[in-house]
Amino acid sequence: MNTQTMLKIEDLHVHYGSIHALKGISIEVETGQIVTLIGANGAGKTTTLQAITNLVRKSGGKVLFNGTDITHMATHHIINNGIALVPEGRRIFPNLTVHENLMMGAYARKDVEGIKKDLDWVLTLFPRLRERLKQLGGTLSGGEQQMLAVARGLMTRPKLLMLDEPSLGLAPLLVREVFQIIQKIREEGVTILLIEQNALAALKIADYGYVLETGRIVMQDTGQNLLKSDDVRKAYLGVAIT
Amino acid sequence: MSLAGFFQHLVNALSLGGIYALIAIGYTMVYGILRLINFAHGDVFTYGIYFAFYAVVLFLMPWWVAFVFSIFATAFLGAFIERIAYRPLRNAPRISALITAIGVSFFLENFAIVAFGGRAKSFNPQTGIYPTSFLNMINIGGVRIPVLTFITIGIVIAALVLLIWIVYRTKIGMAMRAISKDIPTTKLMGVNADRVVSFTFMLGSGLAAIGGILWAMKYPQVYPYTGMIPGLKAFIAAVVGGIGSIQGAMVGGFILGISEIMIVAFVPSLAGYRDAFAYAILLFVLLVKPTGILGVEVSEKV
Ligand SMILES: Nc1ncnc2c1ncn2[C@@H]1O[C@H](COP(=O)(O)OP(=O)(O)OP(=O)(O)O)[C@@H](O)[C@H]1O
Ligand SMILES: [Mg+2]
Repeated sequence: MNTQTMLKIEDLHVHYGSIHALKGISIEVETGQIVTLIGANGAGKTTTLQAITNLVRKSGGKVLFNGTDITHMATHHIINNGIALVPEGRRIFPNLTVHENLMMGAYARKDVEGIKKDLDWVLTLFPRLRERLKQLGGTLSGGEQQMLAVARGLMTRPKLLMLDEPSLGLAPLLVREVFQIIQKIREEGVTILLIEQNALAALKIADYGYVLETGRIVMQDTGQNLLKSDDVRKAYLGVAIT
Repeated sequence: MSLAGFFQHLVNALSLGGIYALIAIGYTMVYGILRLINFAHGDVFTYGIYFAFYAVVLFLMPWWVAFVFSIFATAFLGAFIERIAYRPLRNAPRISALITAIGVSFFLENFAIVAFGGRAKSFNPQTGIYPTSFLNMINIGGVRIPVLTFITIGIVIAALVLLIWIVYRTKIGMAMRAISKDIPTTKLMGVNADRVVSFTFMLGSGLAAIGGILWAMKYPQVYPYTGMIPGLKAFIAAVVGGIGSIQGAMVGGFILGISEIMIVAFVPSLAGYRDAFAYAILLFVLLVKPTGILGVEVSEKV
């Protein structure tokens, strides 16, 4: 197994005013793996992703991506270095067509041929989008918007794809589909950092997992071990311990 | 009123409304992206006229070179203002940026008094600033209309078509539409948001320069406060059309221009209240549809 570290977060702190939202967390994502970060509402999961991409200010810590220090890099440079974030709540551009939304993902790319190929690839992953290319993003259903958000993220051609609760608000059947697609994306060689409240589904496909609790990593292990852990089962999987 | 007479008023209305539309677009685009009312926009319009004036009078450029030069110089002035005055306040409370915009406006007006003098400069074709042939009359069914009026309408249409093309058919235009809805997510697409904002200011300011030059040919002079009234009316046009909406700014501009000319044409006794119509229309629209004719509810940016 390839164990080269792609993303390395060291002692990351974030403050919102007087709220200490992240209290020094360290996370590593190995190349080619699916790593998941689970935790309850308000634990700081979204904050972590926004701090990595510099959408919120870090008050301490360091982020390395493939050995490059990206701690203070501007958001668009971070993206163009190969990190994509599919944000919480989809954030589709409602006034742009589905096709334009996808092309926004490819905005900084110059490889016309590659863009064409990737467009074809994401439309194969999400065939429903193909029929709706001319439709405005805002007119898609919630599930379709989620697919568009993931597809748009892939159009940046990321080495690391970070997903913030991709299953939120989706019907069970669609949730399964999304998790299958995440695995397919990994098989294409994209490393994945997955944030989920659906801890069971996330841990099932994850190589490694971190448990975040009010701004601190309280547990970390392989996905399989976390699934078996009593603490995780009690707190996040709703399983009564017998 | 004869048909020809009506036609005369109509082309006048279209040329005036078109100029308002060109200026209004600058207000609406900046508001659409930054939720900032750029009070300095009317002054940028004034500087567009000065740039054209000095390009001809001082730098002896041919008039059309001077006009193109002015459009680009004004575009850069707009981007420069954004860079030094507004960008540092991007994360400050909105009221700070608003007050700064008023400050920039005062600064530009007073700097113009110092640099160009407080007295009006003549923007008269006799001084070679544009061909006297623009003032030749075309006789249409008994009424005489200057060629300039048709040139104005033609240039306005061309500029508006070009703008629509940029906004809806180019990559940077797509980014402008995206960023007006969601700045952080646009950054997540690998877009340099500052660059898109700069470009927006350039586009709006360039259009203001075109409007300014057309305005100065029609009312042939320029002084430090030239932009105040047309700037104010164009701002009203942007609000009437629905601030944030480019099509709204166009519609609003033409509504203001057409009603201003037509009311005076049909009820000459109201001519003295000419400048008040804009406010009447504004009040009416705000009462009936507070978001403006083509406006939609915009969420406050956090
Ligand atoms: N912009 C903000 N201003 C102030 N506090 C914030 C802000 N964003 C998040 N917080 C606070 O930081 C903490 C972590 O929030 P965050 O959104 O990262 O949680 P999360 O783990 O993503 O939760 P959820 O599962 O509900 O999405 C919360 O207490 C939240 O209230
Ligand atoms: Mg969250």
